[in-house]
Amino acid sequence: MALTGVQIFKLLPKTNCKKCGFPTCLAFAMKLAQGGVELSACPDVSEEAKQTLGEASAPPIRAFTLGTGEKAVKIGGETVLFRHEKKFVNPCALAVNIKDDLGEEEIADIAAEVANSEIDRVGQKLRIDAISIEYASGDSAKYEAVVKLAAEKAPEAAIILNCKDAAAVEAAVKAIAGRKPLIYCATDATAGEMANIAKANSVPLAACADGPEALSALTEKIKALGVEDIVLDSGAKTAKEIIEDNTRIRRSALKKNFKPLGYPVINFVLRDDPVYEASIASVAIAKYASIVILSSIEKWKNLALFTLRQNLYTDPQVPMQVEQKVYDIGEASADSPLMITTNFSLTYFIVSGEIENSKVPSRLAVMDCEGLSVLTAWAAGKFTASKIAQFIKESGVESRVSNKELILPGQVAILSGSLEDKLEGWKVTVGPREANAIPTFLKGRAA
Amino acid sequence: MAYVVPKESFNGKVLSLDFGKGDKAVSIGGENTLPFLSFEGEVPNRPLVACEIQDCPPDDWPDTVKNVYKDVSADPVTWAGYCRDELKAKAIALRLVSTHPDRGDRSAEDAAKTIKDVLAAVDVPLIILGSNHIEKDADVLVAAAGAASGYNCIIGKAQEGNYKTIVAAALAHNHKLIAMSELDINLAKQLNILITQMGFDKEKLITDPMCSGLGYGLEYTYSVMERIRLAGLAQNDPTMQPPILGDVGMYVWKVKETVASEPDVPDWGSLENRSIAWETITATSMLLAGTNLLIMRHPAAIGNVEKTIDELM
Repeated sequence: MALTGVQIFKLLPKTNCKKCGFPTCLAFAMKLAQGGVELSACPDVSEEAKQTLGEASAPPIRAFTLGTGEKAVKIGGETVLFRHEKKFVNPCALAVNIKDDLGEEEIADIAAEVANSEIDRVGQKLRIDAISIEYASGDSAKYEAVVKLAAEKAPEAAIILNCKDAAAVEAAVKAIAGRKPLIYCATDATAGEMANIAKANSVPLAACADGPEALSALTEKIKALGVEDIVLDSGAKTAKEIIEDNTRIRRSALKKNFKPLGYPVINFVLRDDPVYEASIASVAIAKYASIVILSSIEKWKNLALFTLRQNLYTDPQVPMQVEQKVYDIGEASADSPLMITTNFSLTYFIVSGEIENSKVPSRLAVMDCEGLSVLTAWAAGKFTASKIAQFIKESGVESRVSNKELILPGQVAILSGSLEDKLEGWKVTVGPREANAIPTFLKGRAA
Repeated sequence: MAYVVPKESFNGKVLSLDFGKGDKAVSIGGENTLPFLSFEGEVPNRPLVACEIQDCPPDDWPDTVKNVYKDVSADPVTWAGYCRDELKAKAIALRLVSTHPDRGDRSAEDAAKTIKDVLAAVDVPLIILGSNHIEKDADVLVAAAGAASGYNCIIGKAQEGNYKTIVAAALAHNHKLIAMSELDINLAKQLNILITQMGFDKEKLITDPMCSGLGYGLEYTYSVMERIRLAGLAQNDPTMQPPILGDVGMYVWKVKETVASEPDVPDWGSLENRSIAWETITATSMLLAGTNLLIMRHPAAIGNVEKTIDELM
């Protein structure tokens, strides 16, 4: 059972040494009780306290790292069922499945696609995180060679050994031990052998059983054999099985503190049609998967799934922001209109999208207002005449326009007079109140 | 440790409503659980996808979706017939775009005639949408509600600035009504209260908390919808129990990802697949957040979403 902060505090050294990063042992204990920190952050904790606290203080869903190096991804560690309650913590890893009986060239190509999958979106670098290599050939020497090849061609991706044959897995794990591959998977029949391999090589192990109940029995068995980093597969294949099983698993872990299901979840969403597969992948991404295995990673599909993952894992309390600068939209020239807005990403996307729709090449000055929208930023004193004037002067845009005219969002028309006073030599024009009126506005001016 | 299925049972229930006439009438809503969790509750009706058409050629739609309808979109009756016959649409959403002052400014009488023509020719349940111009919609939707009298349509959208006249028209002609507010659960609740205070039955109401496209604020819509569902089910708040609308197509088919060609943005891959995936994923996400009724544009995206619903039911 979970212990309260005060119960935990009694077991701590009570030295207030601050080595854990908290000002007092009590503060650390309180955070520990909420699952926001791990006991290992306290260097002086006694063995006795470790034992007592071990189970109780562990976060409800275990978090660990998939792969190694800079691009390794942390999975698990989730604390809520709904993203409005609190941020979803660790974005799910996206992986592509390759069969080992494809040609060598094709395997190398797919691995290279993974290595080159990175896309920048709103300042975040997003990519395919892992490769799952499926043992389809029945030839363990071939499997080992393919695993090595894929690992070499995608040097930073995490590797998932999709293989139920213990001997083949063991050889492959040893071949790329430094990459810390995830073994997928142990079943009830192979739990002993697979757990030994995972433990001996310090790699995570996926447990696969039919439904959450059988799965919980299997993870207890694996844990008893000394494997801590476990991934769950309830056998869910259809969208319904995915949403229902994943909901049951996450609720068990978070609401019942049921440890045997307190691990990250893996879902295979393989479908023949890639657009349809993207739809089923969205079900897994939104509904609690920590690893989603795809059958293909076309660029358009990656972009769409990365975007969904980024949207859903955004902190609901911290607005997404874009970089402060003057953006060119279309083939902007010195004669193009210059508009200004704030750096709330949604505001930027909507305004820049409508400018694009107008097909009138324009410049959009995006001002840092800590991610607030226009009206909110104005109300909070961050989008004022003097701050806008300072931003425009410092941006250097003046030297790039032939006509010193600034178009202000209609919502803050009230600023136009004082802004004209502060921006000497500039004309301030009031633009539309709503972004959807921008195309008409810009086309009207261009005519 | 013994596993116990973590079921939740709610006191509240999503209201169900039907629209359309005769054997083509369709029902939405009625579930007493979070989306698709049949292991703990009833999900009597599958979410419904309506095919979007408009009263003028879709010049502002990106080519990928515009071209699908190029031979039929000159006339709304032909277009609606195509949706019924070729796409097997279960419902059609007719947007009266050309009534917008900036898009042709056609009169309310013109709109009423269009509605009458479509209803006379095509017996698929109809959703009648204004052009999202607060003042003009108040005129147009009143005329449209009258023209569709007796057809049990959904009309919308009633917003804070125009709901009074539109509610009165829906009431007089016995239609269902969409109440739209802008991405805020409190505004959605307030508008539903104002509308029911006029004597409009909450069982005829649909909540549109405002949709947004993938990558363009989807997370806001997603969370507002989830919160509305939780308020209706867990807190049994009757004002938060009407079915939810996801007006997906119009928010998707304007973003850069559905417009930019592959030569322009080589890193984004095929425009055709990308834009269809964009509408598909936006719609699927809305379903997971609690949407009961979707309005969509591309037949391939609709096909993918229908297949996803098949899997989810």
